[in-house]
This record gives sequence, C-alpha cells and structure tokens, in this order.
Amino acid sequence: MRPNELINRRTVFQTAVVLVFIILLAQLFYLQVLRNDYKKYADSNAFLNRTIYPSRGMIYDRTGKLLVYNRPAYDIIIIMNEIEPFDTLDFCNTIHITKQQFINRIIEIKDRRKNPGYSSYTQQILYTQVSAEEYGILQEKLYKFPGFYVQSRTIREYGDSIGAHFLGDIGEVNKRDIENDNYYVSGDYSGRSGIEKSYEEVLRGEKGVEIMLRDAHGRLKGRYENGIHDKEARAGKNLHLSIDSELQRYGELLMKNKTGSIVAIDPETGGILCLVSSPTYNPNLLIGRLRGKNHVELSKDPKKPLFNRALMAQYPPGSTFKPAQSLVFLQEGAITPSTSFYCWGKGGHPACHAHASPISLIPALATSCNVFPYFALRIVFGNKTKYPTIQDAMDSWRDYMVSMGFGYTLGVDLPGEKRGLIPNSRFYDKIYGTNGWKYNTIYSISIGQGEVNLTPIQIANLAAQISNRGWYYPPHIVKEVEQGQLDSIYTHKRHTLIDSKYYDAIIQGMHGAVNEGTCRGAQIDSINVCGKTGTAQNRGEDHSIFMGFAPMEKARIAISVYVENGGFGARWAVPIGGLMMEKYLKGKIPENRKWVEDKMINGTVKVYGL
Amino acid sequence: MGFRQTSVWHNVDWITIVLYLAILIVGWGCVYSAGYNFDNASIFDLDQRFGKQLIWIGICIITAMALLLIDSDFYQYFSYFIYATIILILIATIFLAEDVKGSRSWLTLGPLTVQPAEFAKFATALALATFMNSYNFKLFSLKNSLATGAIILLPMVLILLQKETGSALVFSAFLLVLYREGMSGMILYSGLLAVTIFILSIKFGGIMISDTTSFGEVSIVVLTLLSGIVMLWMYQPTKGKIRVLLLKIISFFTVVTFVLALTPLKISYAFPGYICIFICAIILLYYALLDKIHDFALIGLLMAGSIAFMFSVNYLFYNVLQPHQRIRIEVLLGLKEDLNGAGYNVNQSKIAIGSGGITGKGFLNGTQTKLKYVPEQDTDFIFCTVGEEKGFIGVSIVLGLYLVLLLRLIALAERQRYSFGRIYGYSVVSILFFHITVNVGMVIGLLPVIGIPLPLLSYGGSSLWAFTILLFIFLSIDAQTKPSY
Repeated sequence: MRPNELINRRTVFQTAVVLVFIILLAQLFYLQVLRNDYKKYADSNAFLNRTIYPSRGMIYDRTGKLLVYNRPAYDIIIIMNEIEPFDTLDFCNTIHITKQQFINRIIEIKDRRKNPGYSSYTQQILYTQVSAEEYGILQEKLYKFPGFYVQSRTIREYGDSIGAHFLGDIGEVNKRDIENDNYYVSGDYSGRSGIEKSYEEVLRGEKGVEIMLRDAHGRLKGRYENGIHDKEARAGKNLHLSIDSELQRYGELLMKNKTGSIVAIDPETGGILCLVSSPTYNPNLLIGRLRGKNHVELSKDPKKPLFNRALMAQYPPGSTFKPAQSLVFLQEGAITPSTSFYCWGKGGHPACHAHASPISLIPALATSCNVFPYFALRIVFGNKTKYPTIQDAMDSWRDYMVSMGFGYTLGVDLPGEKRGLIPNSRFYDKIYGTNGWKYNTIYSISIGQGEVNLTPIQIANLAAQISNRGWYYPPHIVKEVEQGQLDSIYTHKRHTLIDSKYYDAIIQGMHGAVNEGTCRGAQIDSINVCGKTGTAQNRGEDHSIFMGFAPMEKARIAISVYVENGGFGARWAVPIGGLMMEKYLKGKIPENRKWVEDKMINGTVKVYGL
Repeated sequence: MGFRQTSVWHNVDWITIVLYLAILIVGWGCVYSAGYNFDNASIFDLDQRFGKQLIWIGICIITAMALLLIDSDFYQYFSYFIYATIILILIATIFLAEDVKGSRSWLTLGPLTVQPAEFAKFATALALATFMNSYNFKLFSLKNSLATGAIILLPMVLILLQKETGSALVFSAFLLVLYREGMSGMILYSGLLAVTIFILSIKFGGIMISDTTSFGEVSIVVLTLLSGIVMLWMYQPTKGKIRVLLLKIISFFTVVTFVLALTPLKISYAFPGYICIFICAIILLYYALLDKIHDFALIGLLMAGSIAFMFSVNYLFYNVLQPHQRIRIEVLLGLKEDLNGAGYNVNQSKIAIGSGGITGKGFLNGTQTKLKYVPEQDTDFIFCTVGEEKGFIGVSIVLGLYLVLLLRLIALAERQRYSFGRIYGYSVVSILFFHITVNVGMVIGLLPVIGIPLPLLSYGGSSLWAFTILLFIFLSIDAQTKPSY
C-alpha cells in the first residue's frame, strides 16, 4: 500500500462525511424552507377549530313586541376519520332517519363538488336541527358512536305567525353562498328571504372559534395557548321594526280569501307600518327540518303565497295615479285649481261617470273624472315652446314620475322589490317609431292605465308624499338596529319636482273624494281622511284599489290597498283602507262600523283564472 | 502517577469534550421538550424521561472522567476479554430477554434495563483495533481478512438474532474503517452499486419503455458498463489497449441494440447489453489470468455480479425481506402511499420538521411532537423536535455540531502514533457517522425507517452511556499517546 494513497483516503473519508451532511441539509432546506404546505398539515393535525355560533339577532315590532326569536336546536357533527364501526341502525332510529338517507348523506358530504371544504379530519355537519327530544336520547348513546358530536345551535321561531313575507326565513347555505362569502361553511344558515336576508350581516353576528389541541389519537388536550388565539362569538344585533304587529295582523285578517296587498307607511319617517301580501302563510312552516318539504309545497301552490305582492306585484295604478298627474298639471302651469273642462260623460273616449260638467280640479279628483286629466295632460304635451317634440314632453313627464318614486325601486330594505314601469320616449319610439305616436296614442297614462305599472308600495309612498306636500323618506321596515346604524338612504328626505304649494288642491280633492266622492267608505268619525279610489282594467274583473292618508292636517298613516279582481275601488279596497286607518289611529273599530269589518273579513274575492 | 493524571487533563482534546457536552445539553433540551406536556409542567420530575435522562447524563460524565483516568494500555490489553464478555452477554440476551415489540434485546438488571447491543459497538471496535494492530497483520492475507470479517460479523449475527436489524446494520460501518486501512475501494463501490441496482430494479423494473424492455433493466446495463470502464481507467490507467477493446465491444452492441429496436422482434432491448457484459467479463478474466492483474478479475466479477444481482433482486425483495421491511422500502421509493400504516411515521415526522420553517415554533411550542403525532419522538425521532421547534436554523446548528465533531475525530484519529489508536478512532467516527446519517436520513424521508438512535441526542440510558464510553476510550487513548513534550 502506497502511503500517499492512504492520505488520499483520509480526504475521501472527510469529503464523504461533508457530502452526506450537505445532502441531509439540502433535504431539510427543501422540507423547511422551500415547501410551505407542511405548516398547513401540521395545523390541521393539531388544531381542532371549534366553531361557536352566535345567537342570531332578534326582531321586535315598533311597540317592542318580540316577533322573531331563537330556540335551541342541535346539529349532529361528524369527523370522518374518527368514525369506528358502529350500530348504524340504532343511530338512524335515534334521529328518525332511514339507513338509506344516512348513506346518501355521507356520500353527499364526501362529494367535494357539493362540499368543497371537505376533509376527513374536520367537522362535517351530518344533520341539522335535530329536536330537543332526539338530542336527549342521542346524548345518552353518543359514547357508542365515536366521531359523532352534537353541536347546539339556535333556530328561529316566529312568535305571532304573521308577516311571513317581510320576516322571511333562514335556510342552509348553498355552494354559491359559500363561494361568495367566506364567512360561511357548509351547513351554516343564512337568511333566504325577507328581513332575514336583507339584514343577514347584521342579524348573524360573528362566529367565534375555540382552538383546541388534539393529539394523535383525536383526544382533546385543552385550549391552544390557553385560548389567547380564540375568538369569541359576537351575537347578532337586534332589529326594531316600524311594523305595527296589531295592524299587520288586522290587515292579514281583512285580506283573508282575497288576493292583493296592503301597505301602510308612517309618512313622517317612511317607516312601513304594515306590509300585507295575500295569500300569506305561517312563517313557522319554514323552520326546522320540514322547511324543504314545506317550501316545495308553498312554491307549487297556484295562488303563489310565497310571492310578496306588496313589493313585487306590478299593477296598473288606475285612478290612484290621478293625484300624481294633477300635480304635474299644476306645476307645468297647464291648469290652475279653478280651470274647468267640459266632460262628456259616458259616451266619449275616455269614458267617464255621471257628475257635474264642466268640472274643475278638486271635484274632478273627488269624482275621479277621466276627461279632466285627459285634457290637462294634452295641454302639457301641447306646449310647443317648452317641448318642441312629443319626446321632450314625454321625458319631462317621466322625470316628474321618477321624482315621485315611480319607475325605479324605492330602495326598500327587503329583497326582491320591483321597479314598476314608467314609459319614456324611447319606450314609445321603439313601439311606434319616432314619428309614429302622438298624445292620443299614449293619453291613457294620464289615468293610470296603459303601460304604467306601479307596485303597491309605490302607491302607498305616493299617498305619503302627498300628505307631506312634496317629500318622502324611502319606505323601510327596520326602524332601528340596536348598537348599529340605519342605512343613510332612509334618513335623507327625497323631494319631488313639484312645489309644495300645489299639494293643497290635491289634498282638497282627495278629502272631497272621501267626504262626498268615490271613497266615502273610508270615512272615520272626527278625523279628516283623504283618499283616492282606483279601478284598474285587466283580464277578468277590475282590480279594486285605494290610496289614502289620515289625518289630513298631519298624516300619521298613508296607505295603499290593492285587491286583485275586486271590481270598483269602493267595493273592497276603500272599506279595507278605511278600517286599517281607523284601527291604526283609534286602536279599535266602533260598533257602528263592525258590519263593514265583518263583511270585509268574511268576503271572498275570486282571482281571475283560479 | 501524579504526573500522568495532570497530563491527562492537560492533553485531553477539549474541543471534542466541548462538542460532546454541547450535544448532550441540546439533547436534554429535546428530551425535555418531547416529554413536556401542555397540561402539567414540572421540570425536574425524575419519573419523567427528561428527569431520568438527567441522571444518565450525570452517570455518563462520571464514566467519562473515569475512562480518561484509565491507562490506555488497559484497553488494548483487555480488548479481547471485553469483546468475549460482550459476545457472551449477547448470546445470553437472546435467551433471557423479554419480547418487547418483537425484539429480544433488552436485559433487565434490577431497576435498569440495558441493551447489550449498544455496548457491542465499542467492544468490537477495541477488538478490531487490537487485532489489526497486531504484529504481522496484513489485511490482504486470506486468513487475516477472514478473521477481521469474523470479529465484525459475530456480534452482527447475534444482534440480528435478537431481531434488532437496525443495530446489526450499524456494524457495516466498520467497512469504512477497513477502507481507511487499505481495503479496496471497489468493495465499498460494489456495495453502493448493489444498493443502486436494488433501487433501480424495484422502482423502475415495472416502467416499460417497450413491450419487452423495462427502464430498470436498461439503466442497470448502462450503469454496469459505465462502472466497468471507469474502474478500468481508475485502477489500471496504463492498460489503454484493453480499455479500447472493451469500448469497441460496447459500441458494437450499442449498434446492435438500436438495430434490434427497429426490428419487430419481441426481445428485450437490454438483451444485447447482457451479452456485451458477459463478453467483457470473460475478456477481463482472461487478461487477469494472462497478466496476473487481479484488478481485472475483480472488475469482471463486479460487472457479471451486477447483472446476476439484478436478476435476484425480486427474489430478495419478495422472499427474503420481511413484509414490514418491504413496505417501508416501497413507501420510501414512493411506490406506495400508506399514510396511515408504514408511511405514517415518516409522513408525520416530515410534517413536524417541515412545519418548523426557518426559525421554528419556539422551545416547547411544537404541536406535532407534543401531541404525539410523531411516534418515538424522544428516541429515534428526536430530531423532529429540533426541526419543529428550532426550524432550519436549529437543525443546521445541530448537524453543524455533529459535522465538526466528526471532522475533529478524523483529525484526532489521523494523528495517532499507533494504528491501534487510529483504527479505534476511525471506528468511533464510522459508527457515529452511520448513526447520524441513517437516523436523520430516516427522519427526513431519505432512507427507510431503521430504528437506531441519534447519538447523544436521543433519550435512552444504554445508548447514551455506550456512546460516551465509545468516545471517551478514544479520547483517553488520544490524550495518553499524544506527543505532549
């Protein structure tokens, strides 16, 4: 052996040692510095994030009466990789499901397309809203089902069973909700309709989390770092509505067996006093595990009880539109309160009813003359110096209407509000061509027929702004958010394009309509009531409409009543509107009017086509 | 005697002692952290492992001082006696030990349980050093190499009989010592080649590049031919003629292979390669006899042996290895993912280390190790605690300490005046090196799971004590033979 070779071997030896250490360090560098997913694995290993659900905010009416509150319910949670063989049948019997349902549910949970956040190491919601009785029995047996846990949660209870349409309901979030808002995880609940939906973020509060340490055997080893990383759940905020639950209940009673809606607004604040849509349903049908089944049944009902007519139905306003038109005539200087027109009565076009002729604005409103607005709007449209073309006149008219809250949504704090339809020049240009239409083509807008469509809440809002002489707050249902703020749009007055001085004549006319005109059925003892009937032509019987407010001097309630296929306004809508206002202003209906009340409550109006 | 005692303290290599103590302290911190419970935290609880480890550290330091004071001639003089005693204990252990998780390697002595296999390492090192230091010893004589092999293999076989495969494998570290003492590098290389062929045929044996040829076969043929040519060039650089002859043969068969690939014949493309290797081996053996150069014979046998080994790998893998060993290898090679079974340990240990990041989670803050996700976290998988709590910086420091220790020990071994000290020193280096590489390699998923402790860091009295003895006998020899005047 050559000595230099042995010295060389020392070097080989040293080099080999250094090389091996470099390889070890390189792998460590890869694991610890380059790869960053191990941290995540470690966390999901060791931390069990226990969600603490906040209690959902409660809902009160304007008098502080509790409308919606929480009731305890229990969710069954599973962690897949902790499950050991267990008596499936026993489990299923305990919570009253079939074995097949159980198996299907497991498949559903594991399906990452339906449940994107699935992991066999984390909690998955197996069943929600198990009843207290089922929970009691299950709790006793839970030791037999490793990997199963019970999590208490609250569900909603709608104490008075009224106001289903505006209270809404809550339901399990779907995949899209989870993708849109990372607050939700599969199995969570969120508002699906009504206030529950529009105030979801206020009502839901904020989930808390308790970070528990979990060892390799799945045993909990206490809180991570004594809970300093935990987050407490923050309860949802309570809501106080402007709704008067007595008035709401009374409205629902009056609208029994009729189709349509009643909307009442406090003109001073824009707060909605009642929002009746008929037919309605019991909001308690849509809670708990029966929600799905009941929801399907309600949505299949041909009377469409789930449809919130007060906000979503778009009807021709009929004669209730005339006060709005009259304001435009005055503002445009087309007439003065003393201007009279000759009315041709029944024979002409548009046809009218029997009343004195010639007629001026105030009696024309009281008697709901159709010819007066026809002539007056013709003068507006005929002002060639102001409006060289009919398009200019049309769009100016449209602007007036929009300023009164028509043609667009009012911004009610409830989901699904519709905007109605106020035609503009482009609308008619499209139908008739630019030169294809003239005033006589479109004159029926002056009497609330033709293309014009309003929602019941827009009509009620018209009554409110007339009583306020030219301004309104956008109608809203929530009066106050506890420890929170109302959206500023509800505290900013909106003014119409009409000077307030023109309103007196209109109010006079509407007062006349109640006192000696078409809506005498809305009279209330010792209170000056203003009102306007409407009768809108459509397929089948006419719609019966009423719009009004009281007291005339300083209104506390503005109302719209719409009874589909109810015939003349005076037949259903006027007495119902009168009863509602009386109920609200006086608290009760006097004996001498009980017969009207009975007639309304017991009356049935058949809807066209059903 | 007074003079000698002071000179020991004067001559002993303090650098090694400081490194030794540093690793002990780090180790105790790790054992403490691994045993630390989030619920109750009493520091010096002697019922806990970190308390016991503290006692063992005390015992080790006393032992170390005693070893330094013993005359170094004692070790050489008594080495065979020590070796024989340990062999007897190992034999006794096979029969006396209780079955602990399938292994029969633990002896209970009153309150203590010790693992004799740990002590067989220094005993074998002493015997080997004494034998190879003896007058007239020649590694190349058949008698001597057989005897050397026997000294190493005897404890290895006995430990295998105790079903402690990991500890038995440690004795293969002595091959490194033999290499340093002149054993042909070809033997180490053939070991390396065997491992490579094993991995290639297991991992790529099933990956087909044509109907009849696997990627494994082809890569092994190429590797074998390359190894032969490179070795010829390294060991017999003057015999250019034979090298050129072999290259011609190889080129010819390469062409044959490509022609074969163009024909529709259903023959493995590696087949011409086998013939080529066979012819090369014959030629090399012929020249070995003709020119009396046994390097030729060795290279020829290596090449032929590679192919023979390749054909026996499957038999070895499926018939000789235990099922649990087989699955560990399959998991390591990425052939199987078995995160809840065989792959669990390594996967969890990689998660623990990987989650430590650059700076770690902080002392006592490791969740994976505390919550028992990593098994054997204070013994074989102790390195995870460092990785998780101290991060990449921490593991670099620990590996740095080991590296400096190893390089220092190599330097000490090389400065020995007698081959006894040098051989013993290299034995210490080789055993430590093997332990560190295999343990850390296993924990970070580079090597299959072989349960051996990390020297001086893992919990366990036997291992700590045995490593201390192993190391301090060498420091004692070094201090007393070092030219200090």
